[in-house]
This record gives sequence, structure tokens and C-alpha cells, in this order.
Amino acid sequence: APGRSVEKAVLAAAEEQEAEKRRSITVEKELELEFDLGNLLALDRNPPRRRRCAGGPRREALSAAERAGGAGARWAQLPEPTFRLPREKPPPKPRPPTRWEQFARLKGIRRKKKTSLVWDEQAKEWRRRWGYRRAGGDPSRAWLAEVPAGADPEEDQFARLRREKRERVARNELNRLRNLARAHRAADRDELRQVARVARVSTASLGRFQPRLPKEPSELPSRSGGKKRRFEPLLGNLAAERSRQLEMLRDMGKKKPVLDITRAVNKQLRQEEAEAAAANKGKKQSKRGKRGRRQQRPGRSGKKSGARRQPQQQKPAGGGTGGGKRKKA
Amino acid sequence: MRPLTEAETRAVFEKLSKYIGENIQLLVDRPDGTYCFRLHRDRVYYLSEKLLKLAASVPRDSLVAPGTCFGKFTKSQKFRLSVTALDFLAPYAKYKVWVKPGSEQSFLYGNHVLKSGLGRITESTAQYQGVVVYSMADVPLGFGVAAKSTQECRKVDPLAIVVFHQADVGEYVRNEDTLT
Repeated sequence: APGRSVEKAVLAAAEEQEAEKRRSITVEKELELEFDLGNLLALDRNPPRRRRCAGGPRREALSAAERAGGAGARWAQLPEPTFRLPREKPPPKPRPPTRWEQFARLKGIRRKKKTSLVWDEQAKEWRRRWGYRRAGGDPSRAWLAEVPAGADPEEDQFARLRREKRERVARNELNRLRNLARAHRAADRDELRQVARVARVSTASLGRFQPRLPKEPSELPSRSGGKKRRFEPLLGNLAAERSRQLEMLRDMGKKKPVLDITRAVNKQLRQEEAEAAAANKGKKQSKRGKRGRRQQRPGRSGKKSGARRQPQQQKPAGGGTGGGKRKKA
Repeated sequence: MRPLTEAETRAVFEKLSKYIGENIQLLVDRPDGTYCFRLHRDRVYYLSEKLLKLAASVPRDSLVAPGTCFGKFTKSQKFRLSVTALDFLAPYAKYKVWVKPGSEQSFLYGNHVLKSGLGRITESTAQYQGVVVYSMADVPLGFGVAAKSTQECRKVDPLAIVVFHQADVGEYVRNEDTLT
């Protein structure tokens, strides 16, 4: 019994010591820490204090995580992370569609979902639809090949099947590479050339000691074509300048389309309106006649001739005023 | 001050031709003397040979405005007409719009011309055609772009925009410091 009491006292002392040690590291928080064990993350919502201590709650939360052990190793199973960390890199760009995908979209062809296993009647079991040990048997591994009608009887049908398969595989590979090339194709030849030109002179020696690429021209043309910007003299040949400008004006006039569609449509509309008006005129002769006469009068007629009814052609107001204005300028 | 390059000349002519069409020839080839376009501080000036020779002796920094400013080139090398070109657009304009006295003021304050303010419009004006705006007394007020063709103008409601405002003589007061 005395041994027991001594043991108890020692244990109590040790416990007390332990508690004393722990007191220095226990932290009171107004708000509890939030844990995201999946990311091994602790969030402290309290306002920051000057001195920070490693806290106990963290350890408790960790010890709450499911522990497991193997031969000589211990680890904890962490739950799914709840805090969503932003990703470092932008999300990858979607792969550009292959030629078949483009075509399928154009034609509205949708993929049909197919099960991977199908029932094989002969083998009486579910087998893969495609590949090794597929349902119905692999035609290239068949022990017998049918000679199609109209085929050369001397031809080796097994060899034909093998050859056709080889061709299909090769064609698929070629198409795959083509799709890759299409996805990686640079925007433009000119753009590539421009980039090459910039890259070439972007060295410390401004490209002087840069080795030449196999097909690179010896002298890359500069952006301005190697010419300095030069303008015509201010007081050069004014007559030549004028004739050049007139030539340019003639050129610009030529470029205009022969048929202006909007104008043509407007013309057609006007014609139809005029015809309709003429047809009406036959019915209500007196009124229309009067109006028509009023319209032809030059200048602005009465108050009613506003925006509602535009006169057909305004008087060319250029002429006289034009001369005056010119002198003023 | 320097002559325009070919690309610049083309830009100016293309913009002018929206308002006066092939009448640009009358500006280039004038019977009353030699006139030319010159570029100074990104602005295009239209001036006589005589004035050009006088202005050539003025230092570039001291030269404020030789001749009449037609407009300016933006930083992206587009040409914008300014209201100072109105004196040369108005006499040769191919498509015109007259505004009623009531909405003259609104236009001169920089607003678009509404159908309710439309007095007359040249027949066969296409949509987005450059037009010169006049008061009913044939005083040129500015220029703009037809928002509707003549045919459409007859049908739209009175509050619809008929001419988009581009420049008006009110700018002489409003933008006095930048008009050179």
C-alpha cells in the first residue's frame, strides 16, 4: 500500500508538471481556428496579435484525423480539402477540334454512346466490342477467310486483310499528325517572318554574330524596307503634285462599284412609289393635280412642306454661294 | 510643315469624297491659283501657293495655322474632318440636309438631327452618306452622316435620329482653343 501511494504521488506530480508545461503553450482564442486538413491549412479569424504561439488546437485537430499504421510507418488519412486554392497557371486551352470534329459539327453528327461490352452469341458471354478477345472474334485472327464474290481466287485473303489494316493504321496516324500540325500552326507566314526578324536582332550584338538559319536570307529586310523616311520638299513642283493628286482622284473614281446596290434599291422603290402615285392619280385626278403643281414650285412652299413630304430634287445651292465662299477662304 | 504622303493624301481624299464626291477636283485644280494640302502638327491645311511661300519662312514652333485647317490625323493615321473645313464642303456638297429653325440650336449645341427637326433632305441620299447640314435659310451649319436613307426618313417616327452629328459651327465657340 505505501508503494501504491508513492506511485500515485509521483504520477500526480508528473501530471502537474506536464500541465504546467502545457499552460505556457495553450492559447485562448475568441474565435475557434478553422481547419482544412485536406490542405493542412488552419485559418485564424481573430485579429492578429503581436506575439504568436504554436497552439494546441492544431495538434488536436490533426490527431482527430484518422490514423493508420503499417509496418514501421504511421500516417494520417486526411479528409477532402474544403478550402479552394486558386490555381497558379491559367487553365489549359481546349484542344482545337480535329478535322473530323469540325466536319461532324458542320453536319450535326453526334457521338453515339456505346457500351464497351456486348453479348457474344457464340461464346455465350459478354465480351469487348473491340480489341483483344472481342465479340465475334478478330477477323485478322480468324482461321478461315471468305473469298468475296468477284475477287481473284488466287489472292491471299489473309494478306489482304493484314495490308488493309496496316493501311488504316497508317492513315489514322497521318491524320493524327495532321491534326496536331493544324493545332500548332502559327497564325501567318508574315507573322513568323516578323517574329524571326525581331528575334534575330534581339541579341546583345544586335544580331551581328547570330548564326544564320539554313534558309535565312543573308540580309533580312528591315521593317521600313531599308529606306529612310523621306518626304517631298515643302516647295517642290506644285504642278506635278497637283497632277499626281488628280491622277489619284481618277483612280479612286474608277474603284467605285459599277452598281451601287442601295442606290439601285432606292431607285426601284422610288419608281414603284411613283407608279403607285400615278395609278392613284387616275382615280383622284383633281386633288393630285393640284398637289403636283405646288410641288414643282421652286423654293419652299407653304407651312406643310416639311419633312413629311420631301420635294424631289433640291436646287443645287452650290453655284453662287460657292464662288463667294472660295474668295473668302 | 510638309506635303502629304501618298497614303495620307488618299486618306484625306477618301474622307472628303464622302461629302463632296468628285468635286475634290475643283479643290485641287483651281482656276484662280495654285492651292495645295500641307501637313503641320498632324493637321491638314489647305492653302494657296502664295500663302505657302510666306508660311515657309516661319519657324515650325511659331507657326500656328497656315491656311484653312481641314482636319487632323489621329494617332492611328485616320483622318478626321473638322468644322473649319465646312467653308469648302458646303459649296460643293452633293448631299444636303436642311434643319428647321426650331432645331437649329439643338444641332449647334452638338446634338444629332432628329426627324422632327428635318426640313428637307436631298433626294436619293443613301444611309451613312456624308451630308452637309444647312439652316432653312441655306446657311451651312455643319456636317454629319445620314443615319437613314431618304426613303427611310419618310417612314421613321419623329424622334428618330436622321443625321448623326459630326461637326457644327457651334464648335467655334465651344472648342475655340483647339480649332486651328
